Amino acid sequence: MNAGKASRKSIKSYFDFWNVIKYVSLLLLIVFLVYPFFSIIFRSFSNNHNGFTLQYYKTFFTKAYYFRTLKNSLVTSSLSTVFAVLIGVPLAYITSRFHVYWKKGINMLIIMSLMSPPFIGAYSWIMMLGRNGVVTNLFAKLGITTPSIYGFGGIVLVFTLKFFPYVYLYVSGAMSSIDRSLEEAAENLGSSKLRRILTITMPVIMPTLAAGAIMVFMSSLADFGTPMLIGEGYKVLPVLVYEEYMSEMGGNANMAGALSVIIICCSTAVLLIQKYVVSRKSYIMTSMRPPIVEDVSKGKKFFLTAICMIVAFIAFLPQIVVVITSFIKTNGPIFVQGFSLESYEKIFYKLSKNIMNTFSFSLIAIVIIIIFGMLLSYLVVKKKSKISGILDLLLMFPYVIPGAVLGISMLVAFNKPPLMLSGTAAIMIIAYVVRKMPYTIRSSSALLYQIEPSIEEASINLGVSPMRTFFKITARMMAPGVLSGAILSWITTINELSSSVMLYSGKTATISVAIYTEVVRSSFGTAAALASILTVATILSLLLFSWVSKGKVSVV
Amino acid sequence: MSHSVKICNVIKKYDDFIAVNDISCDIQQGEFFTLLGPSGCGKTTLLRMIAGFNSIDGGKIYFDDKVINNIEAYKRDIGMVFQNYAIFPHMTVFDNVAYGLKARKVPKEQIEAKVLEALELVQIKNLKDRKPSELSGGQQQRVALARAIVIKPGVLLMDEPLSNLDAKLRVQMRTIIRKLQKELNITTIYVTHDQEEALAISDKIAIINSGRIMQIDSPTTIYKKPRNAFVAGFIGTSNFMEGSVEQLDADMTAHIRLKSGMEFAMKLKKKIQGPIKISVRPEQFIVNDPDGMGIPGEIQMYTFLGDFANYEVKLASGQVVEANEYTKDIDFIRNIGHKICLHFNPENISVFSEDGMEVFS
Repeated sequence: MNAGKASRKSIKSYFDFWNVIKYVSLLLLIVFLVYPFFSIIFRSFSNNHNGFTLQYYKTFFTKAYYFRTLKNSLVTSSLSTVFAVLIGVPLAYITSRFHVYWKKGINMLIIMSLMSPPFIGAYSWIMMLGRNGVVTNLFAKLGITTPSIYGFGGIVLVFTLKFFPYVYLYVSGAMSSIDRSLEEAAENLGSSKLRRILTITMPVIMPTLAAGAIMVFMSSLADFGTPMLIGEGYKVLPVLVYEEYMSEMGGNANMAGALSVIIICCSTAVLLIQKYVVSRKSYIMTSMRPPIVEDVSKGKKFFLTAICMIVAFIAFLPQIVVVITSFIKTNGPIFVQGFSLESYEKIFYKLSKNIMNTFSFSLIAIVIIIIFGMLLSYLVVKKKSKISGILDLLLMFPYVIPGAVLGISMLVAFNKPPLMLSGTAAIMIIAYVVRKMPYTIRSSSALLYQIEPSIEEASINLGVSPMRTFFKITARMMAPGVLSGAILSWITTINELSSSVMLYSGKTATISVAIYTEVVRSSFGTAAALASILTVATILSLLLFSWVSKGKVSVV
Repeated sequence: MSHSVKICNVIKKYDDFIAVNDISCDIQQGEFFTLLGPSGCGKTTLLRMIAGFNSIDGGKIYFDDKVINNIEAYKRDIGMVFQNYAIFPHMTVFDNVAYGLKARKVPKEQIEAKVLEALELVQIKNLKDRKPSELSGGQQQRVALARAIVIKPGVLLMDEPLSNLDAKLRVQMRTIIRKLQKELNITTIYVTHDQEEALAISDKIAIINSGRIMQIDSPTTIYKKPRNAFVAGFIGTSNFMEGSVEQLDADMTAHIRLKSGMEFAMKLKKKIQGPIKISVRPEQFIVNDPDGMGIPGEIQMYTFLGDFANYEVKLASGQVVEANEYTKDIDFIRNIGHKICLHFNPENISVFSEDGMEVFS
């Protein structure tokens, strides 16, 4: 091979399609993810004269006002995780091993309650059990005082009901894919049914259960809307981050930065523990024969169905409450007798800008997410290299960064030239892309792993260049995975609160921001109408999802 | 007209591991050339280097007299049949076969005619509107074959195409492949680890082990005249026995004594003195009664296979060998524990150096 030819080829291959994508993606992730992240770390260690200080961390660990929030966060998240497991696992066992009525409907309700806007749970439970709640008032007439929904108990209640679907969906997936012969072998060796569940089934699904539990924990730890609305005096970390930053507007973000770093450390630690446990305790199973779904007597079937329905109904209840309240007549902050559309009239008159913002920002974000998600997952799965490994790692990051923290770090990073983005629509869209792209990447990657390399080679071999092969063959085959991932990204984007509430300005407020401000303003009717719009949009998107994925791709 | 392929001192390295180690061979235009070897020997790596999916770290590959090292895979004009068929799952059978023609900008009306002709050749014209998910393994295999030949490629590559089929279908398909290849006269390079398949289908076989070529020859020569002990052991069954050349006459007649005690004389092609080993195939043993000629032994195990019986024989030295006896030659069945003597005709055996690397007979 002569040297001139070789070097010409290497220059050409340096500029080939995938290399360009690779370096462009890396650059974008560095600018919009790594740089903000380091800015906030940097801030947390610097005093007002740009010198180094540990003062903020010292304050955090010595002042009870700050330190208590860490404890609160960990306690509420852990407790919610425990309850989520206690509800999710038995429910998953019932639906995956027994024939019950309306199994699809039950699943749909449970998925919908997971996909609901983040604070609707808190908001609805306040509507029912709050100081002026329907149930509270009902019991008060009977002379019974209901326990307070505000604070610790309310947070745990809402987190549990909202996030137990993670455990349910993960575990029922695992339960129905265990090879039947495992349990048959145990039975054959003389093991009773309960013993079989405890000694074979549970240990085998343990890694999956752990993954589901971690999702509950991380989501609870990162959630901002729920504790903000229902927590009142009981503060958790993300709420404190928000308050610290907002009260320091115009000043510096140092304390908020330190708090952010602490949250990220917690969630990273939890994620690493989970990775470690799963890597030591995961089983490779060849599931040839899925377990039998048992037929039971009519009475028992009715009983099991009732249990599932009750749980699913309670989880879904907040969304029903919201839609109903949106049609109730209001007089200022007070609901009065009778139904009307006046809440909707008000929002279309006053808040149509927010509705436009939500859908236009989300639409732009989702287009970017689909394009980059597709290319990035291809890079990570099929073009393994050091850089694609780094990309893969960076794309995991948004999982451990709560929205509020991402919001603050972007504000800190982009509030001065050359990238003066604060207050613009661009910064919101960028935050959405960074935060929600992992859904699309994950489901595209899952499908890509199943596409054998020889399929692409066959196309190349038949005379189609690698780049055209990607668009003619690979992209088509990835489409279902990309689409179902994109619908999830879409749903979570339109419902996004925690980063929006940090990044919005008067012109760029979205529906979720408006709900939040309306609730704070005690304008419950308009808040309910806005939330109903989101709920309906979410449900329609979910129906689209289940139609597109035809049950092949799961939500989690 | 398809190409001749010339492979010159080709090398492929993965870090410290040399997958293809200085391989050279000439493949004639229209030849059915098989790369045969145990798994991990480098045969698929070499095939993928020809296809352009693996880079070439050293040496050159020519199609006719053009070096193809730096031509990209999609410009090499090669038809390839993959081990898992690699049928595009979102396209019908017709569209799969038409895919390469469309890439070549063949006019539409010609595409239809050519695709139907190719499907006719592999006898699945009736399946043209099916989706791949509705096809059996054998049918998918035929689609893959039609897709590769319809473009009239310069070279046809096949990577273990039959390994996912059941035994009966495998034999059926290999006949179809062989006929088609001769009919279309396409230079074909075929990779397999199945020696029976290689012997049945090929004009020429290259036996590869640890990245090196062990022997390139016609199937009969490979079987009858192995160039080294690896080939003798890999193709068919061989019994290796140790011994030494006690004396070599001027006319190249060697007087050989085996460790098991037997002595015989045979003509060699190259000079050697001292320790050697010989290989004898099971069917080359002549099974005698215990008082007859040859090495005495006892039957440890026998397997009756219809046209012949296969014996495991324990020799006096303790070595266990395999010998076949044909049903038509005997009127009784020998059984476990029976004493026999094993003899052979020296003309039919191979003599190797002690390390097995060189052949002398």
